[in-house]
Amino acid sequence: MLTVLGFNIGPMLAQGVLGLINGAFYAMLSLGLAVIFGLLNIINFAHGALYMIGAFVAWGLLTYLGIGYWPALIIVPIVVGGFGMLLERVFISKLYKLDHLYGLLLTFGLALIMEGLMRNYFGSSGMPFAVPESLRGATRLGFMIMPTYRVWVVVASFVICIATWLTIEKTPIGATLRAATENPALVQAFGVNVPRLVTLTYGAGVALAAFAGVMAAPVYSVNPGMGSNVIIIVFAVVVIGGMGSILGSILTGFTLGLVEGFTKYLYPEGSGVVIFVLMVIVLLLRPAGLFGKAA
Amino acid sequence: MLMGFSRPQAIGLLLMVAAIVIAPMLAYPVFLMKVLCFALFACAFNLLIGYVGLLSFGHAAYFGMGCYVSAYAAKAWGLSAELCILCGAVVGAGLGLLFGLIAIRRQGIYFSMITLALAQMAYFFCTQAAFTGGEDGIQQVPRPSLLGFISLQSDMAIYWVVAGVFLIGFFLVHRIVHSPFGQVLKAIRENEPRAISLGYRTDDYKLIAFVLSTAIAGAAGGTKALVFGIATLSDVTWQASGEVVLTNLLGGMGTIFGPVIGAVISNTLEFYLSPFGSWVTVTQGVIFVACVMLFRRGVVGEIANRLKVAL
Amino acid sequence: MNISRRSLLGTAAAVSALPVARARAQSKPVFKIGVLNDQSGPYRDTGGTTSVICTQQAVDEFRSQMQGYDVQVITADHQNKPDVGAGIARQWFDQDGVDMITDVPNSGVALAVAGVAKEKNKLHVNSGAASSDITGLQCSYNTIHWTYDTWMLAQSTGGATVKAGGDSWFFITADYAFGHKLESDTTELIKAAKGKVLGSASYPFPGTTDFSSFLVQAQGSGAKVLGLANAGGDTINSIKQAKEFGLTMDIAALLMFITDVNALGLDVAGGLHLTESFYWDLNDKTRAFTNRVKPKTPNNWPNMAHAGCYAGSLHFMKAINHIGAAAAKKSGKAIADAMKALPTEDDCFGKGSVREDGRGMFNAYLFQVKTPKQSKGKWDYYNLVQTSTPDKAWRPLNAGGCPFIKA
Repeated sequence: MLTVLGFNIGPMLAQGVLGLINGAFYAMLSLGLAVIFGLLNIINFAHGALYMIGAFVAWGLLTYLGIGYWPALIIVPIVVGGFGMLLERVFISKLYKLDHLYGLLLTFGLALIMEGLMRNYFGSSGMPFAVPESLRGATRLGFMIMPTYRVWVVVASFVICIATWLTIEKTPIGATLRAATENPALVQAFGVNVPRLVTLTYGAGVALAAFAGVMAAPVYSVNPGMGSNVIIIVFAVVVIGGMGSILGSILTGFTLGLVEGFTKYLYPEGSGVVIFVLMVIVLLLRPAGLFGKAA
Repeated sequence: MLMGFSRPQAIGLLLMVAAIVIAPMLAYPVFLMKVLCFALFACAFNLLIGYVGLLSFGHAAYFGMGCYVSAYAAKAWGLSAELCILCGAVVGAGLGLLFGLIAIRRQGIYFSMITLALAQMAYFFCTQAAFTGGEDGIQQVPRPSLLGFISLQSDMAIYWVVAGVFLIGFFLVHRIVHSPFGQVLKAIRENEPRAISLGYRTDDYKLIAFVLSTAIAGAAGGTKALVFGIATLSDVTWQASGEVVLTNLLGGMGTIFGPVIGAVISNTLEFYLSPFGSWVTVTQGVIFVACVMLFRRGVVGEIANRLKVAL
Repeated sequence: MNISRRSLLGTAAAVSALPVARARAQSKPVFKIGVLNDQSGPYRDTGGTTSVICTQQAVDEFRSQMQGYDVQVITADHQNKPDVGAGIARQWFDQDGVDMITDVPNSGVALAVAGVAKEKNKLHVNSGAASSDITGLQCSYNTIHWTYDTWMLAQSTGGATVKAGGDSWFFITADYAFGHKLESDTTELIKAAKGKVLGSASYPFPGTTDFSSFLVQAQGSGAKVLGLANAGGDTINSIKQAKEFGLTMDIAALLMFITDVNALGLDVAGGLHLTESFYWDLNDKTRAFTNRVKPKTPNNWPNMAHAGCYAGSLHFMKAINHIGAAAAKKSGKAIADAMKALPTEDDCFGKGSVREDGRGMFNAYLFQVKTPKQSKGKWDYYNLVQTSTPDKAWRPLNAGGCPFIKA
């Protein structure tokens, strides 16, 4: 086996690749969070729970309606995104005039409700979700055997992330969104229905989370705790990347996944904590995050 | 006024002390002690959120570490009860100083996020460190005697100790808030730039308040460990941090009795709902949502508003 | 400030909502058995409601033999948290008149409950947990360990794997009392057989569903055998993902129940070796028991932990008869001593006994899971490979480090 500086390259690369898969999820989830924070200035604590709901809806579609993975990838984000828009209209929009912290507390409460309900009905160890037929099998990569499905995860999330970034940075609607973040009153004066834009944006962020949930179902199995397991890490990713920065979230998500993977090889006990250490360091040196604008 | 309590507050205090004295004859003492420990924890948290305006989202780290250290002190070092609780407070303060130095520099949401990240690091430390016993926790902690000779084996004996610790902590928080130091804290909450322009070194004030809060939280955790004879990871999770936020929100942030009432309500709810599985979590979520949307003053806050007094 | 009648009423209502200290009624003594297990997490099928059903079955069958007392069964979910389990145990013993707690899978919770039982001089008849420390370093006069333990598993499944040529191992271990004890008991056996342990990876329990990074580590270590020091849902996920990642190592599922095999399916689980002390299709008596219980739990047939709840409760009640209800109510240790004095016999485990340190002494059976072709239908999953009699299956009395066993 190839060794560099005493480290076995093979196993290290393997852990890195697996870390990249985790990173794909971090990227997708932090992307949704960053979009929501950028426009609404709300820390959406419910993001993890909505990701979990996405996975459950996919499981439900398969188990009760026989609707498979591929249609679910489209149906679930629409359904759950719609649910998100409802939440925004009914609850979140009433809090814009108040301290940001109330938004955090509200979404925290919503997350508890969703997670508690799912745990009551499904138990805490969850339901299995089979890898779709067309993506079964694995490829030999020399240093490891890589299941095809996980390759798909990395590729698909990368595509979605880039597509979202392009939409926000390069399209007219994206420009309107960015303008509304800077100065909602002015944009409203130009005739854009800003509240509706805000609702749609929240829905889009939630749809991204739900999409990630469908992708996660075959990997992590569908369990009520999957959101809370990941939400704190995703917060760290968003904070490191820069709270409103789309590109920051994408890059940081994938990179931190890699870092976590390598840490699992080099110092397994630290793999849980390395992201938080990085977050503290970044917050001390560059409080707005690596790519964020000044706070 | 009476020790800084206004008349309505003094009446409230009397009612609270009476309740503490009578309750063990009516209800299960171990449950009451749990409420008292969490009420103290909530009071400590309230010091930060209610009077300084800082939302520490990882406060369970200090409570939990206090739990672990006190349990370890009782089991491995055989210290007497008051020393164990003191150890909890000291560790809480130390950790608070360390984390506070890092977190205080930032404001608002960034402050909360840093405290959350630091608490997660404390959590991971607890899963790895040998003395915490990982997932199993520190179990079968013996109940040490008070001052070395007063036995606390009976539930009632330790109840009075816990009640004493709670009342001391409660008074301490009250004295801090109603002192000149406390006035500066309120000024910082209202308008920090103005306080700075008046010459106050606000970061120092905030740090001191932070450390006081974490010390009391550590003492609360230390007491809880002795009552239940066990210290586990449940006490350092971010979900536990969320619960103390809920308790304060429900009871009323920035009121003296709010945290206490909040602790009573949330623990009673948990007691009755726990046989029904995750309905506890759902109810907590509903309370969060209801409080934030409709009921921001919390129970005590609403009562105080109706009666036009400060509680 | 006026205190209105309304607020007084409200306060009274609030106070009455607080959990009350109960008074005890005087009539025929009622013994309560508390079935404490995981009803929503990774061990919910291994224990869960089927354990309650089996315990109730024992009570119903024994009712005609109860001498001047009655028995009730209650249950709670410990959520795999030692503090929750200990809290429930404490309250059950203090407030709710529970005399014996059974099942309690999850060794961390079991050890905490054992501590409370000792403190209150009540009884803990454990069926679901594994750690051999329960009758070893942490033994207690108030705890009986019925169904199985990590030493017996290591000896049977581990021993067979080593004998078949598995001399280098890599462990994936649930990071709590059970996982570590299973790993250490098996490691002792491997080393005694001149084998090697090339590495081990501990993962947070509960909450881990993705084992890919540990499996890749295992494959990279070059070991011949993957030792799974975990159980329930974790074992299921580990095995499934091992197949996904094309693992070429032999898999030693050190703790696996028939309920896990059912969840995995024979196409994935076929060929694996495992050890249980009960199998529904072993003999006429076990079949008879299963037929009695089956209708009440058609989707989850009894495994050894469930059977242990049944058998342990039966023996508990026989012990009460032996010393009399009054003496039994006063002391859990007295009941435990009687359980150790009387030989055991029931439809599930046959004839056996309970040793001085609380260890239940029964046969251990090494099974191999049938391939889909060999199986005639659902739950027809095992071929018996080897039977270990009690003298060989369990750790010798003096080797456990139990403080009250004179060496």
